[in-house]
Amino acid sequence: MSAPATHTILSLPDQSTAKMPKRHYLNNEDGLLSWLLTGDHKRIAILYLISITFFFFIGGAFAGLIRLELLTPQPDLVAADTYNKFFTMHGIIMIFLFLVPSVPATLGNFLIPIMLGAKDLAFPKINLLSWYLYLIGGTLTLAALVLGGVDTGWTFTTPLSTHYLNTHVLTAATAIFIAGFSSIFTGLNFIVTIHRMRCPGMTWFRMPLFVWSHYAASLLMVLGTPVLAIALVLVALERIAGIGVFDPAKGGDPLLFQHLFWFYSHPAVYIMILPGMGVISEVISTFSRKRVFGYSAVAFSSVAIALFGFFVWEHHMFIMGVSNYSALVFSLLTMLVAVPSAIKIFNWTFTLQKGSITFETPMLYAFGFMGLFTIGGLTGVFLGSLGMDIHLTETYFIVAHFHFVMVGGMLMAFLAGVHFWWPKMTGRMYPESLSKLAAVTTFIGFNLTFLPQFILGYLGMPRRYHAYPPEFQVLNVLSTAGATVLGVGYMLPLLYLGWSLKYGAIAGNNPWQATGLEWQIQSPPITANFIETPVMDHEAYDYEWLEKKTLNEVTTVG
Amino acid sequence: MAHEAIHTDANDASNVTNPEHAQHHIVTPLQYSFVFITLLVFTAITVFAAYLDLHWANPVIALAIASFKAVIVILFFMHAAYQSRLIKMTIGAGFFMFLVLVTMTMSDYISRAWGLW
Amino acid sequence: MDSAIATHPHTHETAVHADHEHASLPQHRHHFETEEQQREAGSFGMWLFLLTEIMFFGGMFFAYLLYRNWYYPAFAVASNQLSVPLGAANTAILITSGFCMAVGVWAAEVRRRKMLVLMLVLTTVFGIAFIGVKADEYHEKYEMHHIPGADFSVAQFVNPAAYGIKEEPLNPDMAQKTEIYFFLYFAMTGMHAVHMIIGIVLLFWLTHRAWRGDFSSGYVAPIENFGLYWHFVDIVWLFLFPLLYLINRHPLH
Repeated sequence: MSAPATHTILSLPDQSTAKMPKRHYLNNEDGLLSWLLTGDHKRIAILYLISITFFFFIGGAFAGLIRLELLTPQPDLVAADTYNKFFTMHGIIMIFLFLVPSVPATLGNFLIPIMLGAKDLAFPKINLLSWYLYLIGGTLTLAALVLGGVDTGWTFTTPLSTHYLNTHVLTAATAIFIAGFSSIFTGLNFIVTIHRMRCPGMTWFRMPLFVWSHYAASLLMVLGTPVLAIALVLVALERIAGIGVFDPAKGGDPLLFQHLFWFYSHPAVYIMILPGMGVISEVISTFSRKRVFGYSAVAFSSVAIALFGFFVWEHHMFIMGVSNYSALVFSLLTMLVAVPSAIKIFNWTFTLQKGSITFETPMLYAFGFMGLFTIGGLTGVFLGSLGMDIHLTETYFIVAHFHFVMVGGMLMAFLAGVHFWWPKMTGRMYPESLSKLAAVTTFIGFNLTFLPQFILGYLGMPRRYHAYPPEFQVLNVLSTAGATVLGVGYMLPLLYLGWSLKYGAIAGNNPWQATGLEWQIQSPPITANFIETPVMDHEAYDYEWLEKKTLNEVTTVG
Repeated sequence: MAHEAIHTDANDASNVTNPEHAQHHIVTPLQYSFVFITLLVFTAITVFAAYLDLHWANPVIALAIASFKAVIVILFFMHAAYQSRLIKMTIGAGFFMFLVLVTMTMSDYISRAWGLW
Repeated sequence: MDSAIATHPHTHETAVHADHEHASLPQHRHHFETEEQQREAGSFGMWLFLLTEIMFFGGMFFAYLLYRNWYYPAFAVASNQLSVPLGAANTAILITSGFCMAVGVWAAEVRRRKMLVLMLVLTTVFGIAFIGVKADEYHEKYEMHHIPGADFSVAQFVNPAAYGIKEEPLNPDMAQKTEIYFFLYFAMTGMHAVHMIIGIVLLFWLTHRAWRGDFSSGYVAPIENFGLYWHFVDIVWLFLFPLLYLINRHPLH
């Protein structure tokens, strides 16, 4: 079934007669309080979307400042301490206030109840509390910033953070502690909802893979985040009272902090990427009109990533003084954790094979994800290998590696998801040509920014330094140029998505002709999601069912 | 309180809303009293054992008694014995993760010049 | 809420609860199909929260495991500065408090309002007694300069005879490590106490609502779930007591 290159699966209702539905979750109730005290998971998702976008741009501003300093080899823009504050705030904001909540708190909150056929998450009030905790954490982070910043690096490594700095470590640590609870409550909500609130007929293996990914990520959130919490509490106690837990002079071990910190922070990277992988499963299936190849393999891989992800944290500490024997063991385990991720990439690739592929914006982002995440993931395997890591760690190779997986991977997946479900969340379609331009710009900008950094790292440029030997300047300039392009690419969606809210085409229920319960209800959905509880009688990604179905129990309203 | 035997609802064929018919078993105060007395008795035993010199067995006994007490609190005071398999697995998962944290972190310290500080 | 959902059929409730009276409780949340589902979800949610608490305390238990092995002599001597009678009494108090809470859950389940209130009050009383004993112990530690920080003094461990303490003296290096023991003592029992205080505050609120009869007409979830929390805090103490108080109580020869 060959299709011309201009073929698209986008199917919008006739715009001359189409109207937005009369009642939906956005206009159901009016007033600020109806938003600030809402229990509706969809409204909370929108609240999160606005908040994380705000913090994303602040974190991005710090990235800009970092790249600006690194245009020249001399430390001429800012002092060393100030530069340290730049990358610390960039890291804290991007990781804890953007990446961790990005897909789960926005798309996950919005979609999981609908995908399961439920009216809401299990604990709507806890969901709202989760958003407020996020805001408090974010505000405290901004407070730390305004008060003068933190310069420990987002990793708060002891004894630097406990004994050698006068900056606002406590404020930042408290902020992250609170934001951590936001994450825990989101994960807890998802786990209970997925276990106990599936609609009739929705067995585990009929759920969309998006839900499986979020389930796995939620396990990590619930089991891993508390260990970060205790690590931060101990840092705070050490700073306030000098208890000696991480102080060698008093008999403590600074490495203990790192064990506790990375016990969370390694699973954290899977908390960040798994929901993105869920998005990719949905997008790739829809835009190749084919069920995901090897559904069970992808589902089990998600859980396997979550499980193995708990066993590898020491690979962040190979040069920190851990024993050779444990380093060996953790290095081997790290090889193991790469396998489920690779399985997913293979499965997505085989989904594409013999599919009917079209290249709408979400699919562009998904292709970007597959390529860039593969590169990022493979370089992760290099780093997991103990011998290589000794040389590459704390260089720009690491920086490039995690930006490939987090930005080239996760952020692209987030944008894919936002674009894919934008018509569902808002009832409006964004302008396709602009969005394609933004996707391509982002891809080009990203590669220009971060590919040189692999080379820089391999050549030995250390990370977290604001000066570098002059022979590295060309690559750094390339990287900064790329960052500028990347910034433009990220600004564009803000503009055209905002524009589409008022002027975008009316989307209708199912503009992508996708399977999944969320596409069978109106756009935007009514507050209760469904008029009556759906019964799931077909497998996930069942395109034959989609073709044969008559408009039955779930219909548009208005 | 006898619940219906097998019930499958046409609308809930996979029985999500009440899987495994988690019995709404009510534990009586008498049963709680047995557990209560046991807990107090074992507290006395653990104090008593601490004053005996049993070399390496001292911490082992102390932890074993504490674990036993925790188990009966979980099973009876917290009703875990009467809950669904999901709850039991959840509890197991929690202890499993705790053990992972402790043993894998310890693996670093044990292989790192243990005893030479 | 949107009136469109009023057509939601209640077929589940009549099918499942055919053999006993079933009036929809006012606390039934509409996103749940049945109250059984709501109750199970609530219980499951609380267990998940307790998992996070296991991992939270777990970090400190690991620190304890590590440093006790590294500095055993210091830990043993420092642990002997705690009072076993007070610790054991506190353990008994907390166990009794847990017992009262469990009986309270039973009272809610069999809808005996006054019994429930009595049990909740007793749970609170024993909880406060526990905190009181702890405060007394902390005060004693403060007076003996055993609180880690600027005020910490190792004098009693370097020269115990001068203070009437029947222990072997420690060399100054090892004596310094008692500060690690005391940090763990205060951090772990302190974190435990924080959880108890939160629990006591919740108990006041629950007792008030129980007195109003909120929990004696079939809606027992808050009492049950709070009970889970309270027992968990109890379990943490069941481990803290032998680990902190009973490290090495063998009489000296």
